Formats: sequence, C-alpha cells, structure tokens
Amino acid sequence: MSPLNNETVQKAFGVIRDEAKRRRDAFREEPVPKIQIGMATCGIASGALETKNAFEEVLAERKIKAHIRTVGCIGHCYAEPVVIMDHPESGFPPIFYHNVTPGKAKMLAKSFLEDGDPLFEHVLGAMEENDLVPQVLDFPRFNQEKRVVLEKCGCVDPEDIYEYIADGGYETLAKTLQLAPNEIIEEVQESGLRGRGGAGFPTGRKWDLARNADGQHKTVICNADEGDPGAYMDRTLLESNPHQVLEGMAICAYAVGAQKAIVYVRAEYPLAVKIVTKAIGQARELGLLGEGVLGSSFDLEIDVFQGSGAFVCGEETALIQSIEGNRGMPRHRPPYPVQQGLGGQPTVINNVKTLASIPPIIEHGATWFRAIGTEESPGTAIFSVVGNVVHAGLVEIPMGVTLRTLIFDICGGVPNKKKFKAVQIGGPSGGCLPEEFLDTPIDFDSLIQAGAMMGSGGMVVMDEDTCMVDVSRYFLDFTQKESCGKCTFCRIGTHHLLNTLERITKGEGRDGDLDQLETLSEDIKNGSLCGLGKTAPNPVLTSLRYFRDEYEAHVKERRCPARMCRTLTAFYIDLDKCARGCDACVGSCPVEAIFTTKNRKKGVDQSLCVKCGECMVACPAEYDAVMKVSPPDLAPVVD
Amino acid sequence: MIQENSLEEEKLILDDIASRLKAFGREREELIPILQMIQERHAYIAEDAIKMAAEYLGIAICEVYGVATFYNQFRFHPPGKNHIKVCLGTACHVRGGDIILENFERKLEIRDGETTPDREFSIERVACVGCCALAPVSVVNETVQGHMAPSKVEGLILGFKIEKEKAEREKKKSEPAQ
Ligand SMILES: Cc1cc2nc3c(=O)[nH]c(=O)nc-3n(C[C@H](O)[C@H](O)[C@H](O)COP(=O)(O)O)c2cc1C
Ligand code: FES
Repeated sequence: MSPLNNETVQKAFGVIRDEAKRRRDAFREEPVPKIQIGMATCGIASGALETKNAFEEVLAERKIKAHIRTVGCIGHCYAEPVVIMDHPESGFPPIFYHNVTPGKAKMLAKSFLEDGDPLFEHVLGAMEENDLVPQVLDFPRFNQEKRVVLEKCGCVDPEDIYEYIADGGYETLAKTLQLAPNEIIEEVQESGLRGRGGAGFPTGRKWDLARNADGQHKTVICNADEGDPGAYMDRTLLESNPHQVLEGMAICAYAVGAQKAIVYVRAEYPLAVKIVTKAIGQARELGLLGEGVLGSSFDLEIDVFQGSGAFVCGEETALIQSIEGNRGMPRHRPPYPVQQGLGGQPTVINNVKTLASIPPIIEHGATWFRAIGTEESPGTAIFSVVGNVVHAGLVEIPMGVTLRTLIFDICGGVPNKKKFKAVQIGGPSGGCLPEEFLDTPIDFDSLIQAGAMMGSGGMVVMDEDTCMVDVSRYFLDFTQKESCGKCTFCRIGTHHLLNTLERITKGEGRDGDLDQLETLSEDIKNGSLCGLGKTAPNPVLTSLRYFRDEYEAHVKERRCPARMCRTLTAFYIDLDKCARGCDACVGSCPVEAIFTTKNRKKGVDQSLCVKCGECMVACPAEYDAVMKVSPPDLAPVVD
Repeated sequence: MIQENSLEEEKLILDDIASRLKAFGREREELIPILQMIQERHAYIAEDAIKMAAEYLGIAICEVYGVATFYNQFRFHPPGKNHIKVCLGTACHVRGGDIILENFERKLEIRDGETTPDREFSIERVACVGCCALAPVSVVNETVQGHMAPSKVEGLILGFKIEKEKAEREKKKSEPAQ
C-alpha cells in the first residue's frame, strides 16, 4: 500500500475534529458546575451508581443546575467512588473527592454547589495548581506515575467518541494514513516497544514479519483475554478508554496490511464487551473504521470475540484455536502466528497495552518514548498493585523504577503496621520476591533474573500473615485446573505438585517432599509445550528458593509460621484478657463454636471451630483476647 | 434432587434457540458464539440444546460437548434464581476468599458449582472479577459486593429469604380467599 491521498484524509478528519472541539467547548463554557464520576467496574462495585443517583436526586430536589458526567477508572481503586467537582464560580479549582458515598454526595452538593464550601475534610486534593487547596500532584501516588497508556483513562467518557477526539484522539491515525506502512513499522522498531502481554517480544519486529509474510487475508488480534486471576488493567483500559486501543489496532492493521481485526475479550468482562462494541460502532459511524477509512483506500473491520474463560486461551495459538471454534489447545510454534495464524493466514497478536502504546509513540516519536524507562525496556509498565497494600489500584510507572518505590512510596506500603513479606509478580507464571529484592528495578530482564517475570502485570503484596506455601498451593491449584491436558508433564505433573503442596499445608509433609518438588518442577518446565506448563512451577520454585524455612517449618514441625494454613492453626481465647459478660465474639461465630465458661468468660470449642477468624475481628480492641497459634496444640484446653 | 424444568419450559427454551440459530452462519467458527447465545438467553446449556447446535453446524454432538466443557464459562445445569459468584482470584485468596466461599456453602448447604434443591441459590467460584482493591469480593446477581465477611454472607442470604417470604405473603393476599 502506498501513502494514501493526503488531502482527503486531512479534510475528512478535520471535519470530525472540529465537531469534537465544538462539542467540548460548548460543554466547558456552559456556566454550570460539573460533577465527574468514575464508573468503571471497580467504581460501580464501590457504589458509584448509588452515588450518581444521590447526586441526581439532590440536584433535582434543590433545583441546583449542574452537569453529571461519567468517566472511566483513573486507577485509584482504594478511593472509589471517586468524584471530581468543578465549580468555577466558587473560586476553587476542580477538586478530587474520595470514597463519595450517597450521603457524602448529598452533603457535597448542598455545601459546595449551593454555599461554596468545598468541605475540606473530604477533599483528596485539587486537580490544578492554586493557592487554596493542596494539589493531588503533591502526593507520590500521583506525581511518581508516568501516564502514557492510561493518560486519558478517567478523563474521557468511554461511551462518547468525541471526547477522545477532542483530547487529540485519532489524530495519529489520520497522520499514519499519510505515511508509508514501512515508515510506521520503522518508528515502532525504533521506539524499542516490547510486547506487554508478558514475554516482551519486540513489537516492531513482529509487525515487520507480518508485513513481509505472504497472505491476502491478514488479521490483527487484540489480546484482552487477561487470564491472570489477579490482574485487571486490560479490562480497565477497555472500559475507560477503548478508542485508544482501537486506534492502535487500526494503525497496526494499516502498517501490516490487514483488513480485519478482532478484539478478543473475556466474556466475564461484560462491561468491557459492551463498551468496546459501542466504541467500534461509533468509530464506524464517523468513518474511522469500515470501508475507506477517512476517505482513503484503506479498509478495516473490527469485530469483538468473547473468550469463554480459559486461562490457556491467552496463549496465542490457543486463542486462534478458540476463535476457530475448537478447544483452546496450544500447538507447536513455529510456524508462528505471524506466519500462519487465523485461517492459516499471517496474524499479529498483541496485548491491549501494547496496542494502546502505539498512538502516543507515533504521535510523539520514538525518541520521546525511548526517553521513558530503561535502555532495554523503554516506556512504562502498568501494574495492578493489590493485596496487603494501602493505596491499591492501577499504577503506570516508567520502567526501571524499583519495587520499593512502587510499593512503599507510591502505593503507601503495607497497612495495619504489619511487616512486608513478599511481592508476587506476574501471576501464575511469575514468582514471589522477598524483601531483599525490593531494590530490583522493574523491567523485563531484571525481573526474570530475580526469578519473577513481568507477565500480566499483576502484583500482589503480601504481609507477614501470608503463608508462602499456601500461596504456591493456590497458584498450582489454578494452573492444574487450567492446564489444557495436551502435555503429560503439565497435566499430571502439576497435579502431583498440587497434591504434595496440599499435603504440606495440612501438616502431612514428608522427608524428601521439598527435593521432589524441585525436581518435578524442572521436569514440568522441560516437558511442556506452551508457556503455561513452562512457567507453572515458577511460584513453587521461587518460594522454595527464598522461603525454604517456611516449607521446612510445615514439614518438620507441623507449624505454619504465618498462621494461615488452617489445619495447622487454632484459635483460643486468653482468659486473662477476656472480659466477663462481653458477648461480642459469640454473635460473630458462624458455627456457634464459642461457649461461656464457668466464670462467665469465653472458650472456643476446637471440634466445631472452622478457623474463619471472625471472633478475632469482633473482639473489642481494648481486650484483644482472641489468640491464633500454630501448631494447634499450643491452644490451651478450656472447659 | 434439583427440581428439573417442566416439559413446557423445556419446549419454550428449545423453540427460542431454534428461532435464534437462524441468525448464525453454519461455519465451525460460529460454535462458541452459538453456545454463548444459548447460555445468555437461558442461563445454561441443556442436553437438547447441544444436540441442536451440533445438527445446525453439521458436526458431531461429542465435538460440541468437547468444546463446551473445555471452557469455564459454560454451565450444564440451570443455576439458582440468585446466583452467587465468589471470587477466588489472588488478591481475594490472600484476603480470605476461601472463608467466604465456605460460609456460603455452609449457609446454603450446597458446594460450589451446585444449586439448592428449591433452585433459589447457586454458588460458583470465579477468578478475579476485577475489583481486587475491594477484596474479598463476591458477585451476587451481577452486583459486586466488596469487603465480604462471614457476617455479610449471613446478611445477604437473610435478605433474600425475607424478600421471598414477603413476596409470597403479598401473593397470598392478592389471591382471593377461598
Ligand atoms: C498460558 C499463557 C497465557 C497468556 N495470557 C495472556 C493474556 O491474558 N494476555 C496477553 O496479552 N497475553 C497472554 N499471553 C501471551 C500471548 O501468548 C502473546 O505472547 C501476547 O499476547 C503477545 O502480545 P504482545 O507481543 O503484545 O505481548 C499468554 C501466554 C501464555 C503462555
Ligand atoms: S482477585 Fe478477587 S477481584 Fe481480583
């Protein structure tokens, strides 16, 4: 394909952009306050819908004029529901409020919109520099981030294509269509972008291979299968700013010479499916997709395919199998999908984040992108930092930032004065890194060297109360179920690993178990065809390497040092601390295992106790009488 | 035993599927979208529905069954009126998701993947619903419930039971006394 008719494209896009700007200016200039509510899945889960209803009610009730606008997720999941209120007349800058419950919403509408009092006690910060309210950018959770991929998430309404365009969206596609495809591929190669789907394969090289492969019907697939059970950034991106992904897909399709593209989204993500489908419709309506994109000779159709929930279908050859209507079983590579993929034709498969990185790269150039991150891993990394961490949520940082900075400075460290123990990176294929590795820079190669991997970008922070053996067991339980069954080592090997780990967590470990875990793990790695089997033993191997003493305590002393493995722990009530006549724990127990002793204190019937820990939560802090011990025979007998 | 659908119900379901199948092509690639359509409309895939899909695409029944059982999404028994998904993703596991699952199981006296005999409740374990910051999480009838605790489990189920009783009472009231 040669560069397309410049003038037509420019003109066609100009019309759309002017309309988008006109709409935005009209909205901005309207002299009424604006209320912006985050409405992605996490927001809705925290009650954003109720918050929105409360705002609507109070506005109607008190006849306050204001616009309510819904946007996607800005990644501050710990603060949901998040509301930004812009009330220029009050003299205050736009203000970011956190945890806005319906009650708070009504209060804010009354005092801020009516009386001009922004209620400082609920403010997280101001969105702009000013003299009245501290800026959010003064907090590390905001100012240490570098947003390239998530830049517009939480700022634009994902269901309105004009908002994305007014913010500079699709400009790059218009520019791309005026370049030769190989110029684009060169730029991407130059940028050093590596695939964000886990393996870090150079994207430019993949595109180049696809461009040069023989085939009339090439396809671009956006991999949004996101099977890692602790990562959700792909979903958030699709829910909050689908057009950036679609734009990246269109640029890719133009560069490699494809006319068909597919977004492969998990069916478990209904909101993402809905929003992407709507976005495709809007883009087609404006002529940004479909026949003759922006009046050029480039055609592109994008479809949505709903994945049916199999972890292995994130693997590219299995993904293709499932689109073709088969069981999602990986096959041998080569041939690689760029040579023979969907329907035997060359197919580019890229992760959501990889594709969303493309528009900014083409817009600002490869040199700009290379200036972010490290030499070998340019650009940013997105993590969903969750688990035992204060400011959980999505974080986008430049590659090369250390784990310590990410977990402690940006995300606020471990809550409840607990000690940090480990961080699990990369989901079921990744590993657990202990405190000594906190100064590891986050990039593809350093993480692999440390024994973890970038993987999907899931990051689970664990405190001292998390048992490493149990976490390994958890991951093996997952991979064992998800193994497609093609390779014997993966199918049966993971089953054996799981069995052994289950025995150990129940205190039935034997001598030699740990050595066997190690050798079997190596065998599974060597004997498996796809990445699932090759990486499934990683959680076991890294935790054995860094937390062997914990395994040994389980096997040799029947003791769980973190007091998490339930067979190995017991709860009891310290009679010296227990308050006579207090019944808090009794009501909290789901199985009625707590009885009253002769002197009107409480005891735990060990034969009934299911070790859920509710009584520990229920016991008033001033008594703090519920104790948890391992091994269980440390609990005194009470009658 | 779980109450089965009545024959009339079954026939309605199959008629609906038959009429909707026409919108699909007959290529193999349509298989998963067809199965998804069936489940979306009827919440599960009945044996006869599998036969219909196989006939429509001209492939063996065991092929369809093989594909359908490979994927976690598909169910082969009708779920309860209130479907409870308990997240056991990594973040939820670390925050005690299995305790929540156990509490649902104990309260409803069924295991995960099962439906109560009166078809009021069913439980399913899922991996990460994307709200890890609120762990542990459960999804009850599409509403995400964050920061779950055993006491919240009890409250939720009690809420449904009270609602049901109320509905039944109202129904009785509106029926003319005999
Ligand atoms: C078991 C397994 C699961 C995978 N899951 C995903 C996934 O959920 N999302 C993804 O983008 N890539 C996943 N991958 C990697 C893909 O096979 C593929 O490398 C990737 O989509 C390529 O995109 P990229 O070059 O943009 O990274 C998985 C690989 C394996 C082996
Ligand atoms: S792990 Fe439960 S919502 Fe993510």
